[in-house]
Amino acid sequence: MTTVVSGGRKQSAAEAELSRRSQSPAQRLQHLLHANPAISPALILVVTVIVFSIINPRFFTANAQSTLVQQSAIVMALAIGQTLIILTAGIDLSVGAITILAMMVMATVASKNGVPGPLALLIGVALGTAAGYLNGLLVTRLNLPPFIVTLGTLSIFTGLALLYSGGASVNADQMPPVLNWAGNSFKIGGFTITTGVIIVLVMYAVVGFALSQTAWGRHIYAVGDDAESARLSGIASKRVLLSVYTVAGLIFGIAAWCQIGRASVASPNGIVDANLNSITAVVIGGTSLFGGRGGVLGTLLGALIVQAFQTGLSLAGVDPNYRLIAVGILVIVAVSVDQWIRKVKS
Amino acid sequence: MSTVQEADTSGVQDTAGGRTPVLQGKGMVKTFGRVIGLDGVDLEVYPGEVLAIIGDNGAGKSTLIKCLSGAYALDAGQISLDGHPVTFKKPQEARDAGIETVYQTLAIIPALDIASNLYLAREERRPGPLGSVLRMLDKKGMRDRASSAVQGLGIQTIQNMGQTVETLSGGQRQAVAVARAAAFGSKVVILDEPTAALGVKEGNAVLDMIKRLRDKGLPVILISHNMPHVWEVADRIHIQRLARRAAVITPQSHTMNDGVAIMTGAMTVEGNDATKEAV
Repeated sequence: MTTVVSGGRKQSAAEAELSRRSQSPAQRLQHLLHANPAISPALILVVTVIVFSIINPRFFTANAQSTLVQQSAIVMALAIGQTLIILTAGIDLSVGAITILAMMVMATVASKNGVPGPLALLIGVALGTAAGYLNGLLVTRLNLPPFIVTLGTLSIFTGLALLYSGGASVNADQMPPVLNWAGNSFKIGGFTITTGVIIVLVMYAVVGFALSQTAWGRHIYAVGDDAESARLSGIASKRVLLSVYTVAGLIFGIAAWCQIGRASVASPNGIVDANLNSITAVVIGGTSLFGGRGGVLGTLLGALIVQAFQTGLSLAGVDPNYRLIAVGILVIVAVSVDQWIRKVKS
Repeated sequence: MSTVQEADTSGVQDTAGGRTPVLQGKGMVKTFGRVIGLDGVDLEVYPGEVLAIIGDNGAGKSTLIKCLSGAYALDAGQISLDGHPVTFKKPQEARDAGIETVYQTLAIIPALDIASNLYLAREERRPGPLGSVLRMLDKKGMRDRASSAVQGLGIQTIQNMGQTVETLSGGQRQAVAVARAAAFGSKVVILDEPTAALGVKEGNAVLDMIKRLRDKGLPVILISHNMPHVWEVADRIHIQRLARRAAVITPQSHTMNDGVAIMTGAMTVEGNDATKEAV
């Protein structure tokens, strides 16, 4: 029922109480955060940077900040695809496995089979897309929960990557230059920026645009918020889901290219914890695990917050194990805040 | 956005009164295994009228509506729109033909704003390359047209089309769902229990909305358990009993008590097909 008080009538005691209560600062904050989910991660990032810069001034140097951005670039990239999937109320545990598979295949076909660089890149990215499509098919055709599907494909893709590569790494000097292109860097002021970081930021811009400005983006939010209502409204929910998993696979394929550039090696044992880190970035970025709420801007900030914690605590001389604990606490706090924001009332 | 259209009266199947029903069902049969949902039901909706459908639980109201809105396919019988036979295999086909249904669950998305909900799955893009190449949505245009659609139904309580639906009251949500149906339903709007979850004041606002739709010439099929509401807005009342049409009455010809008596079988009406027992 409405609690709006009509103009001419005298307020009753209860209505006066309601209008007094609706002006509480906590509730206004709740409404603000509800309407703009990227505000809270932005505030957390600013506070994090200020606090760590006070603890150790080296944190605020261009050098440290450049490294921080480069270190978080891969998680940032994977978290874009993860955001799309979590917006549909799904989850993808196989993000790291898809990336490793795409990376090992593009590196191995180029170094062992002599496939030209651009074609090897294309094969790897296409394979990542196909892996995402397979996840999507299993979720939409077999009606399995995304958690179970991607738990299974996590093992399958990891196994395939190890089988194909024989467990061996491929070094950068064995690969054509195009596969290392993402590792190239240039300087702006004191900051060192890699082409990999630029690729990731371009992906953020494209996906952010698609989410906020196109019908596809709107349908993702609708399916994630209430799949049955979306279907009754005329949205082809399964087609939207399939497209989301496929686009996520494409993003993971491109992330594989960025990872080779960043690490100067394609190793089947790298980025194994990337799936959980990508979920952490999404959740801290204010995207709801229940679907339908959030966006990639928050995720970008979330990925930076996690890395800022890691770098900041390291520069402050904190034991690496305490860093893990700190990130864990951050995740739980972020989800609690999300729950509180979702309880917003009119 | 399509606006309310005058019903096409140049149809082929003329009926008794010389008027062509906008939507007509003849001998509709629907079975589920050995359970009979509809047993040869007829139904007519004429231009600019509110046809209420009442009946006890299990009488076949929902089955009837689902057949008309394309959710179920008929086993036998024929549905005609403006006198032309039509077959709907899925809800989208009925919607494309101009039959809009407001489900009891409303089928609106709480996280999206009012304008987005009105245009859900029918989004309009910007003109020029921004729309055709970048596929950008015409947000402002949709918001403006959503605003005039809502104003046109006389809904004063909703002002800001950018408000998310989850911040609205139950009555306001119902208004958004009805506004969506009215904006795109060019032939018939079907409302399934629109006042069931609402308070007295909000229920009355929805009834006013139904009257306004009728005054615009858009026929409305109203399914309701609320007899005072039905007797207030309906032009004719279709009474469903045991998978058949028991009677068609008007609020003038029969009282509410008569209606309930027919619903429960305590009273039968001469001249209606329920009295012609087919064995």
